[in-house]
Amino acid sequence: MIETDIIIIGAGPCGLFTVFEAGLLKLRCHLIDSLPIPGGQCAEIYPKKPIYDIPGYPSILAGELVDNLMKQIEPFKPGFTLGERVENVEKKEDNTFIVTTNKGTQHAAPVIAIAGGLGCFEPRKPPISNILDFEDRGIDYIIKDPEKFRNKNVVLSGGGDSALDWAIFLAEDLASNVSLVHRRNSFRGHPDSVDKVYKMAKENKINLITDAEVVGLNGNESLNSIDIKQKSEGLINLNIDYWLPLFGLSPALGPIANWGLNVSKNSIEVDTLDYSTNVSGVFAIGDINTYKGKLKLILCGFHEATLMVQSAFKIIYPDKKLSFKYTTVMGEVKGF
Amino acid sequence: MDENIILIKVIDREDQTHEIEAPTDMNMNLMEICKAYDLPVKGTCGGMAMCASCHCYVESEHEISDASDDEEDMLDQAFFVENNSRLGCQVFMNEKLNGLIVRLAKEND
Repeated sequence: MIETDIIIIGAGPCGLFTVFEAGLLKLRCHLIDSLPIPGGQCAEIYPKKPIYDIPGYPSILAGELVDNLMKQIEPFKPGFTLGERVENVEKKEDNTFIVTTNKGTQHAAPVIAIAGGLGCFEPRKPPISNILDFEDRGIDYIIKDPEKFRNKNVVLSGGGDSALDWAIFLAEDLASNVSLVHRRNSFRGHPDSVDKVYKMAKENKINLITDAEVVGLNGNESLNSIDIKQKSEGLINLNIDYWLPLFGLSPALGPIANWGLNVSKNSIEVDTLDYSTNVSGVFAIGDINTYKGKLKLILCGFHEATLMVQSAFKIIYPDKKLSFKYTTVMGEVKGF
Repeated sequence: MDENIILIKVIDREDQTHEIEAPTDMNMNLMEICKAYDLPVKGTCGGMAMCASCHCYVESEHEISDASDDEEDMLDQAFFVENNSRLGCQVFMNEKLNGLIVRLAKEND
Protein backbone atom coordinates (compact mmCIF):
# COMPACT_ATOMS: atom_id res chain seq x y z
CA MET A 1 0.00 0.00 0.00
CA ILE A 2 1.36 3.38 -1.05
CA GLU A 3 0.68 5.97 1.66
CA THR A 4 0.80 9.71 1.18
CA ASP A 5 -0.94 12.96 2.15
CA ILE A 6 -2.62 13.78 -1.16
CA ILE A 7 -3.40 11.34 -3.95
CA ILE A 8 -3.52 13.29 -7.18
CA ILE A 9 -5.45 11.60 -9.96
CA GLY A 10 -4.10 12.93 -13.23
CA ALA A 11 -0.51 13.99 -13.89
CA GLY A 12 -1.20 16.87 -16.27
CA PRO A 13 0.11 20.39 -15.63
CA CYS A 14 -2.46 21.05 -12.95
CA GLY A 15 -1.80 17.81 -11.07
CA LEU A 16 1.95 18.39 -11.28
CA PHE A 17 1.74 21.94 -9.94
CA THR A 18 -0.36 20.68 -7.02
CA VAL A 19 2.76 18.83 -5.84
CA PHE A 20 4.62 22.13 -5.62
CA GLU A 21 1.96 24.02 -3.69
CA ALA A 22 1.38 21.03 -1.40
CA GLY A 23 5.13 20.70 -0.90
CA LEU A 24 5.38 24.28 0.34
CA LEU A 25 2.95 23.23 3.10
CA LYS A 26 5.04 20.10 3.77
CA LEU A 27 2.39 17.82 2.32
CA ARG A 28 3.51 14.83 0.29
CA CYS A 29 1.84 13.79 -2.95
CA HIS A 30 1.49 10.75 -5.15
CA LEU A 31 0.26 11.04 -8.73
CA ILE A 32 -1.66 8.41 -10.68
CA ASP A 33 -2.18 8.63 -14.43
CA SER A 34 -3.47 6.24 -17.07
CA LEU A 35 -0.83 7.45 -19.53
CA PRO A 36 2.68 6.01 -19.25
CA ILE A 37 4.26 9.48 -19.02
CA PRO A 38 3.48 12.58 -16.95
CA GLY A 39 2.08 15.69 -18.65
CA GLY A 40 -1.48 14.71 -19.59
CA GLN A 41 -2.84 16.38 -22.72
CA CYS A 42 0.29 18.56 -22.94
CA ALA A 43 2.42 15.46 -23.37
CA GLU A 44 -0.02 13.20 -25.20
CA ILE A 45 -1.92 15.49 -27.56
CA TYR A 46 0.09 18.61 -28.22
CA PRO A 47 3.68 18.52 -26.85
CA LYS A 48 4.99 20.56 -29.80
CA LYS A 49 2.30 23.24 -29.72
CA PRO A 50 3.07 26.63 -28.20
CA ILE A 51 0.97 28.00 -25.35
CA TYR A 52 0.80 31.79 -25.10
CA ASP A 53 -1.08 32.42 -21.85
CA ILE A 54 1.20 31.02 -19.18
CA PRO A 55 2.07 34.09 -17.09
CA GLY A 56 5.69 35.07 -17.53
CA TYR A 57 6.14 33.02 -20.71
CA PRO A 58 5.38 34.90 -23.95
CA SER A 59 5.40 31.46 -25.57
CA ILE A 60 6.21 28.00 -24.29
CA LEU A 61 5.80 24.57 -25.89
CA ALA A 62 3.38 22.32 -23.99
CA GLY A 63 6.12 19.70 -23.66
CA GLU A 64 8.52 22.29 -22.24
CA LEU A 65 5.95 23.39 -19.70
CA VAL A 66 5.68 19.79 -18.51
CA ASP A 67 9.48 19.48 -18.29
CA ASN A 68 9.67 22.71 -16.28
CA LEU A 69 6.91 21.59 -13.93
CA MET A 70 8.68 18.26 -13.38
CA LYS A 71 11.83 20.20 -12.47
CA GLN A 72 9.91 22.57 -10.21
CA ILE A 73 8.35 19.75 -8.19
CA GLU A 74 11.46 17.57 -8.08
CA PRO A 75 12.50 18.74 -4.56
CA PHE A 76 9.20 17.42 -3.21
CA LYS A 77 9.86 13.89 -4.52
CA PRO A 78 6.35 13.01 -5.67
CA GLY A 79 5.48 9.37 -6.20
CA PHE A 80 4.07 8.21 -9.54
CA THR A 81 1.81 5.34 -10.54
CA LEU A 82 1.82 5.64 -14.33
CA GLY A 83 0.06 3.61 -17.01
CA GLU A 84 -2.64 2.62 -14.54
CA ARG A 85 -6.20 3.82 -14.38
CA VAL A 86 -7.97 4.50 -11.12
CA GLU A 87 -10.88 2.07 -10.90
CA ASN A 88 -12.11 2.35 -7.37
CA VAL A 89 -12.19 4.88 -4.55
CA GLU A 90 -13.28 3.77 -1.12
CA LYS A 91 -13.58 5.83 2.07
CA LYS A 92 -12.73 3.98 5.29
CA GLU A 93 -14.21 4.69 8.73
CA ASP A 94 -11.21 6.81 9.76
CA ASN A 95 -11.87 8.96 6.64
CA THR A 96 -8.82 7.60 4.80
CA PHE A 97 -9.37 7.01 1.11
CA ILE A 98 -8.17 3.82 -0.54
CA VAL A 99 -7.60 4.32 -4.25
CA THR A 100 -7.18 1.18 -6.35
CA THR A 101 -6.06 1.05 -9.98
CA ASN A 102 -7.01 -1.38 -12.74
CA LYS A 103 -3.77 -3.26 -12.01
CA GLY A 104 -4.61 -3.57 -8.32
CA THR A 105 -2.10 -0.99 -7.02
CA GLN A 106 -3.46 0.47 -3.78
CA HIS A 107 -2.90 3.97 -2.44
CA ALA A 108 -4.04 5.47 0.87
CA ALA A 109 -4.40 9.14 1.80
CA PRO A 110 -6.72 11.47 3.71
CA VAL A 111 -7.18 13.71 0.66
CA ILE A 112 -7.79 13.12 -3.03
CA ALA A 113 -7.28 15.77 -5.70
CA ILE A 114 -8.87 14.86 -9.01
CA ALA A 115 -6.96 16.65 -11.74
CA GLY A 116 -8.19 14.36 -14.45
CA GLY A 117 -8.48 16.85 -17.31
CA LEU A 118 -10.65 15.39 -20.03
CA GLY A 119 -10.69 11.98 -18.35
CA CYS A 120 -8.68 8.86 -19.20
CA PHE A 121 -7.17 8.45 -22.61
CA GLU A 122 -8.45 5.30 -24.21
CA PRO A 123 -7.94 3.78 -27.65
CA ARG A 124 -10.48 4.79 -30.29
CA LYS A 125 -12.48 1.71 -31.10
CA PRO A 126 -13.90 1.23 -34.59
CA PRO A 127 -17.71 1.17 -34.65
CA ILE A 128 -18.23 -2.54 -35.32
CA SER A 129 -21.07 -4.08 -33.33
CA ASN A 130 -19.30 -7.22 -32.03
CA ILE A 131 -15.86 -5.65 -31.50
CA LEU A 132 -16.01 -6.09 -27.71
CA ASP A 133 -16.41 -9.88 -28.14
CA PHE A 134 -12.93 -10.13 -29.61
CA GLU A 135 -10.94 -7.74 -27.39
CA ASP A 136 -7.88 -9.66 -26.18
CA ARG A 137 -9.14 -12.57 -28.34
CA GLY A 138 -7.59 -11.41 -31.55
CA ILE A 139 -7.98 -7.64 -31.24
CA ASP A 140 -5.38 -5.43 -29.56
CA TYR A 141 -5.55 -1.63 -29.58
CA ILE A 142 -2.14 -1.21 -27.98
CA ILE A 143 0.86 -3.37 -28.78
CA LYS A 144 2.57 -4.35 -25.56
CA ASP A 145 4.36 -7.55 -26.50
CA PRO A 146 5.21 -7.79 -30.23
CA GLU A 147 6.51 -11.34 -29.72
CA LYS A 148 2.95 -12.63 -29.55
CA PHE A 149 2.62 -11.82 -33.27
CA ARG A 150 5.57 -14.02 -34.29
CA ASN A 151 4.59 -16.23 -37.23
CA LYS A 152 1.02 -14.94 -37.08
CA ASN A 153 -1.28 -13.51 -39.67
CA VAL A 154 -1.77 -9.87 -38.66
CA VAL A 155 -3.88 -7.03 -40.06
CA LEU A 156 -3.36 -3.44 -38.94
CA SER A 157 -5.76 -0.54 -39.54
CA GLY A 158 -4.93 3.15 -39.54
CA GLY A 159 -2.99 5.69 -41.56
CA GLY A 160 -0.82 7.42 -38.98
CA ASP A 161 2.68 6.85 -37.69
CA SER A 162 1.70 4.22 -35.21
CA ALA A 163 0.04 2.00 -37.86
CA LEU A 164 2.92 2.52 -40.30
CA ASP A 165 5.69 1.93 -37.77
CA TRP A 166 4.12 -1.23 -36.38
CA ALA A 167 3.37 -2.57 -39.86
CA ILE A 168 7.05 -2.14 -40.76
CA PHE A 169 8.24 -3.63 -37.49
CA LEU A 170 5.96 -6.67 -37.65
CA ALA A 171 6.63 -7.29 -41.34
CA GLU A 172 10.39 -7.15 -40.99
CA ASP A 173 10.78 -10.63 -39.56
CA LEU A 174 8.17 -11.25 -36.96
CA ALA A 175 4.70 -11.91 -38.31
CA SER A 176 4.19 -14.37 -41.14
CA ASN A 177 1.75 -12.09 -42.95
CA VAL A 178 1.11 -8.38 -42.50
CA SER A 179 -1.72 -6.43 -44.10
CA LEU A 180 -2.31 -2.72 -43.64
CA VAL A 181 -5.83 -1.42 -44.20
CA HIS A 182 -6.36 2.31 -44.61
CA ARG A 183 -9.41 4.41 -45.42
CA ARG A 184 -7.63 6.46 -48.08
CA ASN A 185 -4.96 5.71 -50.68
CA SER A 186 -2.36 8.01 -49.16
CA PHE A 187 -0.67 7.94 -45.78
CA ARG A 188 -0.02 10.93 -43.56
CA GLY A 189 2.72 9.51 -41.37
CA HIS A 190 6.39 10.44 -41.37
CA PRO A 191 7.63 10.47 -45.03
CA ASP A 192 10.41 7.93 -44.27
CA SER A 193 7.88 5.50 -42.84
CA VAL A 194 5.49 6.03 -45.75
CA ASP A 195 8.31 5.33 -48.27
CA LYS A 196 9.33 2.23 -46.38
CA VAL A 197 5.78 0.87 -46.30
CA TYR A 198 5.42 1.37 -50.07
CA LYS A 199 8.79 -0.32 -50.62
CA MET A 200 7.82 -3.29 -48.46
CA ALA A 201 4.50 -3.49 -50.27
CA LYS A 202 6.35 -3.76 -53.58
CA GLU A 203 8.48 -6.56 -52.13
CA ASN A 204 5.28 -8.32 -51.02
CA LYS A 205 6.26 -8.00 -47.39
CA ILE A 206 3.24 -5.85 -46.59
CA ASN A 207 -0.14 -6.37 -48.19
CA LEU A 208 -1.52 -2.85 -48.64
CA ILE A 209 -5.29 -2.54 -48.80
CA THR A 210 -6.21 1.12 -49.29
CA ASP A 211 -9.52 2.90 -49.89
CA ALA A 212 -10.80 0.29 -47.50
CA GLU A 213 -12.02 -0.29 -43.99
CA VAL A 214 -12.70 -3.26 -41.78
CA VAL A 215 -16.47 -3.68 -41.44
CA GLY A 216 -17.00 -7.17 -40.05
CA LEU A 217 -15.44 -9.53 -37.50
CA ASN A 218 -15.96 -13.27 -37.47
CA GLY A 219 -15.01 -16.08 -35.11
CA ASN A 220 -16.25 -18.15 -32.21
CA GLU A 221 -13.92 -18.17 -29.22
CA SER A 222 -11.47 -15.86 -30.93
CA LEU A 223 -11.14 -13.83 -34.10
CA ASN A 224 -10.71 -16.00 -37.27
CA SER A 225 -11.45 -13.64 -40.10
CA ILE A 226 -12.37 -10.07 -40.94
CA ASP A 227 -14.49 -8.50 -43.67
CA ILE A 228 -12.94 -5.54 -45.43
CA LYS A 229 -14.97 -3.17 -47.59
CA GLN A 230 -12.83 -1.94 -50.46
CA LYS A 231 -14.04 0.82 -52.77
CA SER A 232 -13.51 -0.96 -56.11
CA GLU A 233 -13.37 -4.63 -55.11
CA GLY A 234 -16.26 -4.67 -52.65
CA LEU A 235 -16.17 -7.07 -49.73
CA ILE A 236 -12.92 -8.96 -49.05
CA ASN A 237 -12.74 -11.69 -46.43
CA LEU A 238 -9.34 -12.37 -44.85
CA ASN A 239 -8.41 -15.20 -42.50
CA ILE A 240 -6.30 -13.73 -39.74
CA ASP A 241 -4.97 -14.30 -36.23
CA TYR A 242 -4.87 -10.68 -35.06
CA TRP A 243 -6.40 -7.34 -35.97
CA LEU A 244 -4.73 -4.22 -34.61
CA PRO A 245 -6.92 -1.12 -35.07
CA LEU A 246 -4.57 1.83 -34.41
CA PHE A 247 -6.67 4.99 -34.44
CA GLY A 248 -5.05 6.91 -31.60
CA LEU A 249 -6.41 7.76 -28.19
CA SER A 250 -9.41 9.75 -27.12
CA PRO A 251 -10.39 10.92 -23.65
CA ALA A 252 -13.39 9.66 -21.71
CA LEU A 253 -14.52 10.47 -18.16
CA GLY A 254 -14.37 6.75 -17.37
CA PRO A 255 -14.88 5.36 -13.87
CA ILE A 256 -14.78 8.85 -12.26
CA ALA A 257 -18.47 9.09 -13.15
CA ASN A 258 -19.23 6.29 -10.64
CA TRP A 259 -17.58 7.67 -7.50
CA GLY A 260 -20.65 9.42 -6.09
CA LEU A 261 -19.53 12.89 -7.11
CA ASN A 262 -21.91 15.50 -8.52
CA VAL A 263 -21.20 15.47 -12.22
CA SER A 264 -22.70 17.75 -14.83
CA LYS A 265 -21.84 17.66 -18.54
CA ASN A 266 -18.82 15.39 -17.99
CA SER A 267 -17.37 17.73 -15.35
CA ILE A 268 -17.27 17.56 -11.55
CA GLU A 269 -19.15 20.30 -9.70
CA VAL A 270 -17.05 22.10 -7.10
CA ASP A 271 -17.31 24.90 -4.55
CA THR A 272 -15.09 27.76 -5.69
CA LEU A 273 -14.09 28.44 -2.08
CA ASP A 274 -11.56 25.61 -2.26
CA TYR A 275 -12.60 23.46 -5.25
CA SER A 276 -14.03 20.82 -2.95
CA THR A 277 -16.56 18.34 -4.30
CA ASN A 278 -19.70 17.06 -2.60
CA VAL A 279 -17.56 14.31 -0.99
CA SER A 280 -15.56 15.65 1.95
CA GLY A 281 -11.82 15.20 1.36
CA VAL A 282 -12.17 14.97 -2.43
CA PHE A 283 -11.26 18.01 -4.50
CA ALA A 284 -11.40 18.53 -8.26
CA ILE A 285 -9.16 21.00 -10.07
CA GLY A 286 -8.33 21.95 -13.63
CA ASP A 287 -10.28 21.03 -16.75
CA ILE A 288 -12.27 18.32 -15.01
CA ASN A 289 -14.20 20.63 -12.68
CA THR A 290 -17.01 23.04 -13.37
CA TYR A 291 -18.42 26.08 -11.61
CA LYS A 292 -20.07 29.34 -12.59
CA GLY A 293 -17.67 31.22 -14.82
CA LYS A 294 -15.27 28.28 -15.27
CA LEU A 295 -12.57 28.67 -17.91
CA LYS A 296 -10.61 25.60 -18.94
CA LEU A 297 -7.20 27.20 -18.83
CA ILE A 298 -3.95 25.86 -17.40
CA LEU A 299 -3.41 29.10 -15.53
CA CYS A 300 -6.82 28.79 -13.85
CA GLY A 301 -5.95 25.21 -12.88
CA PHE A 302 -2.78 26.45 -11.18
CA HIS A 303 -4.82 28.91 -9.14
CA GLU A 304 -7.33 26.22 -8.21
CA ALA A 305 -4.53 23.87 -7.10
CA THR A 306 -3.03 26.59 -4.91
CA LEU A 307 -6.25 27.31 -3.03
CA MET A 308 -7.18 23.64 -2.84
CA VAL A 309 -4.06 22.58 -0.89
CA GLN A 310 -4.89 25.12 1.84
CA SER A 311 -8.09 23.22 2.61
CA ALA A 312 -6.31 19.90 2.17
CA PHE A 313 -3.88 20.99 4.91
CA LYS A 314 -6.76 21.66 7.31
CA ILE A 315 -8.17 18.18 6.66
CA ILE A 316 -4.81 16.48 7.14
CA TYR A 317 -3.74 18.56 10.19
CA PRO A 318 -6.98 19.86 11.76
CA ASP A 319 -5.17 21.18 14.85
CA LYS A 320 -2.25 22.89 13.14
CA LYS A 321 -2.24 26.55 12.21
CA LEU A 322 -1.26 27.47 8.68
CA SER A 323 0.68 30.66 8.09
CA PHE A 324 0.95 32.22 4.66
CA LYS A 325 4.45 32.99 3.39
CA TYR A 326 5.81 34.18 0.05
CA THR A 327 8.33 31.82 -1.55
CA THR A 328 10.66 34.82 -1.76
CA VAL A 329 10.54 35.11 2.03
CA MET A 330 10.97 31.37 2.57
CA GLY A 331 14.10 31.35 0.47
CA GLU A 332 15.29 28.46 -1.64
CA VAL A 333 12.70 25.73 -1.95
CA LYS A 334 13.42 23.06 0.65
CA GLY A 335 12.17 19.68 -0.39
CA PHE A 336 11.83 16.42 1.43
CA MET B 1 -29.49 42.15 -40.79
CA ASP B 2 -26.15 43.05 -39.24
CA GLU B 3 -23.49 42.82 -41.94
CA ASN B 4 -21.29 40.74 -39.64
CA ILE B 5 -23.85 38.00 -39.15
CA ILE B 6 -24.50 35.04 -41.45
CA LEU B 7 -27.22 32.40 -41.32
CA ILE B 8 -26.20 28.76 -41.26
CA LYS B 9 -28.09 25.50 -40.89
CA VAL B 10 -26.91 22.73 -38.59
CA ILE B 11 -28.66 19.36 -38.82
CA ASP B 12 -28.28 17.45 -35.56
CA ARG B 13 -28.07 13.68 -35.05
CA GLU B 14 -31.85 13.48 -34.60
CA ASP B 15 -32.27 15.02 -38.05
CA GLN B 16 -33.49 18.33 -36.59
CA THR B 17 -32.42 21.40 -38.53
CA HIS B 18 -31.31 24.42 -36.53
CA GLU B 19 -31.08 27.69 -38.36
CA ILE B 20 -28.66 29.85 -36.44
CA GLU B 21 -26.96 33.20 -36.71
CA ALA B 22 -23.18 33.20 -36.69
CA PRO B 23 -20.99 36.25 -36.25
CA THR B 24 -18.19 36.60 -38.80
CA ASP B 25 -16.18 39.23 -36.96
CA MET B 26 -15.26 37.23 -33.85
CA ASN B 27 -12.88 34.65 -35.33
CA MET B 28 -15.31 31.91 -34.33
CA ASN B 29 -15.36 28.45 -35.82
CA LEU B 30 -18.29 26.16 -36.43
CA MET B 31 -17.59 24.05 -33.32
CA GLU B 32 -17.69 27.16 -31.11
CA ILE B 33 -20.88 28.40 -32.78
CA CYS B 34 -22.56 25.03 -32.18
CA LYS B 35 -21.50 25.01 -28.54
CA ALA B 36 -22.74 28.58 -28.09
CA TYR B 37 -26.18 27.40 -29.26
CA ASP B 38 -26.03 24.32 -26.98
CA LEU B 39 -26.01 21.96 -29.94
CA PRO B 40 -24.57 18.51 -29.06
CA VAL B 41 -20.97 19.15 -30.10
CA LYS B 42 -18.38 18.33 -27.45
CA GLY B 43 -15.33 20.13 -28.81
CA THR B 44 -13.25 18.15 -26.34
CA CYS B 45 -9.80 19.34 -27.44
CA GLY B 46 -10.88 22.97 -27.51
CA GLY B 47 -10.40 23.47 -31.24
CA MET B 48 -6.93 22.08 -31.96
CA ALA B 49 -8.13 19.54 -34.54
CA MET B 50 -7.16 16.81 -32.13
CA CYS B 51 -10.27 14.94 -31.08
CA ALA B 52 -12.80 14.80 -33.94
CA SER B 53 -15.71 15.37 -31.57
CA CYS B 54 -16.85 18.20 -33.89
CA HIS B 55 -16.77 15.99 -37.00
CA CYS B 56 -19.47 17.09 -39.46
CA TYR B 57 -20.47 16.80 -43.12
CA VAL B 58 -20.71 19.87 -45.32
CA GLU B 59 -23.96 19.41 -47.24
CA SER B 60 -24.01 22.66 -49.22
CA GLU B 61 -21.74 23.65 -52.09
CA HIS B 62 -19.84 26.35 -50.21
CA GLU B 63 -16.16 26.72 -50.81
CA ILE B 64 -14.31 26.18 -47.58
CA SER B 65 -10.54 26.50 -47.23
CA ASP B 66 -8.74 23.17 -47.61
CA ALA B 67 -8.18 21.01 -44.56
CA SER B 68 -4.78 21.45 -42.91
CA ASP B 69 -2.44 18.50 -42.30
CA ASP B 70 -3.56 18.45 -38.67
CA GLU B 71 -7.20 18.19 -39.71
CA GLU B 72 -6.48 15.46 -42.28
CA ASP B 73 -4.46 13.54 -39.68
CA MET B 74 -7.35 13.69 -37.26
CA LEU B 75 -9.90 12.65 -39.88
CA ASP B 76 -7.70 9.62 -40.56
CA GLN B 77 -8.30 8.55 -36.97
CA ALA B 78 -12.02 9.31 -36.95
CA PHE B 79 -14.87 7.02 -37.96
CA PHE B 80 -17.82 7.50 -40.34
CA VAL B 81 -15.60 9.73 -42.49
CA GLU B 82 -16.93 10.73 -45.93
CA ASN B 83 -15.62 12.89 -48.76
CA ASN B 84 -17.47 15.92 -47.35
CA SER B 85 -16.19 15.38 -43.79
CA ARG B 86 -14.69 18.32 -41.93
CA LEU B 87 -13.85 19.18 -38.36
CA GLY B 88 -16.13 22.00 -37.25
CA CYS B 89 -13.32 23.61 -35.28
CA GLN B 90 -11.40 24.21 -38.51
CA VAL B 91 -14.27 25.87 -40.36
CA PHE B 92 -14.07 29.58 -39.58
CA MET B 93 -17.08 31.80 -40.05
CA ASN B 94 -16.86 34.34 -42.85
CA GLU B 95 -19.39 36.08 -45.10
CA LYS B 96 -18.86 33.55 -47.92
CA LEU B 97 -20.37 30.86 -45.70
CA ASN B 98 -23.78 32.49 -45.55
CA GLY B 99 -26.34 29.71 -46.10
CA LEU B 100 -23.89 26.93 -45.13
CA ILE B 101 -25.54 23.60 -44.33
CA VAL B 102 -23.73 21.06 -42.16
CA ARG B 103 -24.77 17.78 -40.60
CA LEU B 104 -23.25 16.56 -37.34
CA ALA B 105 -21.51 13.19 -37.72
CA LYS B 106 -22.49 10.21 -35.60
CA GLU B 107 -20.65 9.81 -32.34
CA ASN B 108 -18.83 6.59 -31.60
CA ASP B 109 -19.53 6.03 -27.91
